[in-house]
Order: sequence, then structure tokens, then C-alpha cells
Amino acid sequence: MYPALTSFSGDVFAEFDALQRQLEQLMGLRAWPSSIRATGRGAFPALDVGTTEEAVEIYAFAPGIDMSKLEVSVDKGLLTISGERADDLPQEDEKVTVYAHERFGGTFERVVSLPADVDSSRVDATYRNGVLRIAIPKHEAAKPRRIEVKSH
Amino acid sequence: MEMNTTQLAREGNREAAKVEEPALLPPVDIVEDEHGITLRADLPGVTKENLSIGVNGDNLTIEGAVSLGESQRVQPVYAEIRVGRYKRTFVLSRDLDASKIDASMKNGVLTLTVPKSEAAKPRRIDVRAD
Repeated sequence: MYPALTSFSGDVFAEFDALQRQLEQLMGLRAWPSSIRATGRGAFPALDVGTTEEAVEIYAFAPGIDMSKLEVSVDKGLLTISGERADDLPQEDEKVTVYAHERFGGTFERVVSLPADVDSSRVDATYRNGVLRIAIPKHEAAKPRRIEVKSH
Repeated sequence: MEMNTTQLAREGNREAAKVEEPALLPPVDIVEDEHGITLRADLPGVTKENLSIGVNGDNLTIEGAVSLGESQRVQPVYAEIRVGRYKRTFVLSRDLDASKIDASMKNGVLTLTVPKSEAAKPRRIDVRAD
């Protein structure tokens, strides 16, 4: 995985996380990493957002979803990812025991506000290995370009 | 005494070196039925090739690296998944037959089935009437 996307510390809470990890390390409590759960703060799916010169890329970590139950829409500069994930846990009875139930089940919705310089009429979404990748190209005018200097 | 302190410091260094690179704990569902255990783990972004499942004694370890195939020039803006690795270890009960583990990966969800050993399966004992 591209290191810049994952080693990114974005906000003040991330700084607190880092401080907590440092303290845990100092006090030898490293056996159970408490703050780096795969599901960040309970939201499903977890999102990573990045930009390139050409596009804004959004990665939604949504494993095990039936494609027909996944919906991506753009309206007034808001990108909405919604859908449903089947809770395929069997009914508990005298023969079946459930020991752990940590995976998310049910309906979900996440909304991302898009920057003004993207062309939301050309959204590209692909679902691979449980990750939904949405790429929204930037307007031609917003792309970085070189300006020729003319001499007379 | 001084030597002891040096030794201690050395031990400390070794401890520090043992601290693993960070990994996310994938959420799991674990269900037991009469045939064995079924474990499902969410590993989004992990391909079959990047996944390793190991059994060491009674420990079962799942480890996977995230590969998104994103272009190299991505500038991060916001990230909830900041670590590109998953790892979780489970202790297997002795009733289970670790040599017959079956694993499959679909859409970023790993399904592991570990059957019970024959001796541990519930069975019916016929009562003979003499």
C-alpha cells in the first residue's frame, strides 16, 4: 500500500492516538493495540480520500457486499455511498453457538463533500477485493499545467 | 552493578526491537456448530496472494497486506485506514483438527472453517436391548 496514504496523520485526534500509543509502549501495554481497530470510530465503511493531479480518489473499505445492494450517487457536490450488508450469522440454537460477532451487518450510508473543482458528471466506481474505489476527475481548468513564456 | 545496567539496557533494546510494525485487528464473526468452527474476517483490500494463514501449535494467525493499486501520486487528504496490514491471532481448541482448515476469500471477506476432530464430534450411542 502506498505509504503516504496510510502514514498520514490528519487531525488532532490522530496526535492523541499517537501519544496514547507512545504511552502504551513506554508502559509495556503493547500486547493489545487499543486504538487501531480496523473500523475507525465505528463508521462503516471506513474511508480514505486522496487526490492526484487528475482526480479525487475515494476508497471505501466495504468487504463482502453484494454489488446489487451497493449504491453510489452524487448530488449537489455530495457523494453518497449507501447499501446493505447481509448479516449472515446463523440462528443460535443448542447446536450453534456464536462466539464473536464483530462484523458489521445492516444498512449503511456515508456522505463525502466533494471539492468544487471536480467534474461530478464523470464518476468512475469499481469494486475489487472488498474495496470500493471512486475516482472523480478534476475539471480541465483545475488541473496543474505549464504556461509557456513567450519572447518577443 | 554497572554491567547489570548495561545488560538491562540491552534487554530493553531487544524488547523495543520486538515491537512489531503496526497492524489492524480485523473484525471477525466466530460460529461453532456440530461440524466445527466457522470464522469470517473482514480483510478489505487483501488479495488471495497477499494473505497468509499460519498454524503454530495452538495458535492460528491471519495476516494480510492491503493492496489498493492506487496510482503512486496520490496525496492523502483524509484517512481512516492508516495502516496497510491486518493481523490477528486466535487460540485453537484441542477439539479442532487444525490439519483440515479450509479457507476461502471473496470480496475481502475471509471464511475459515476448522472441522472438529472425529473424537470430539457429538455422536449417538445406540443402546442395545438384550
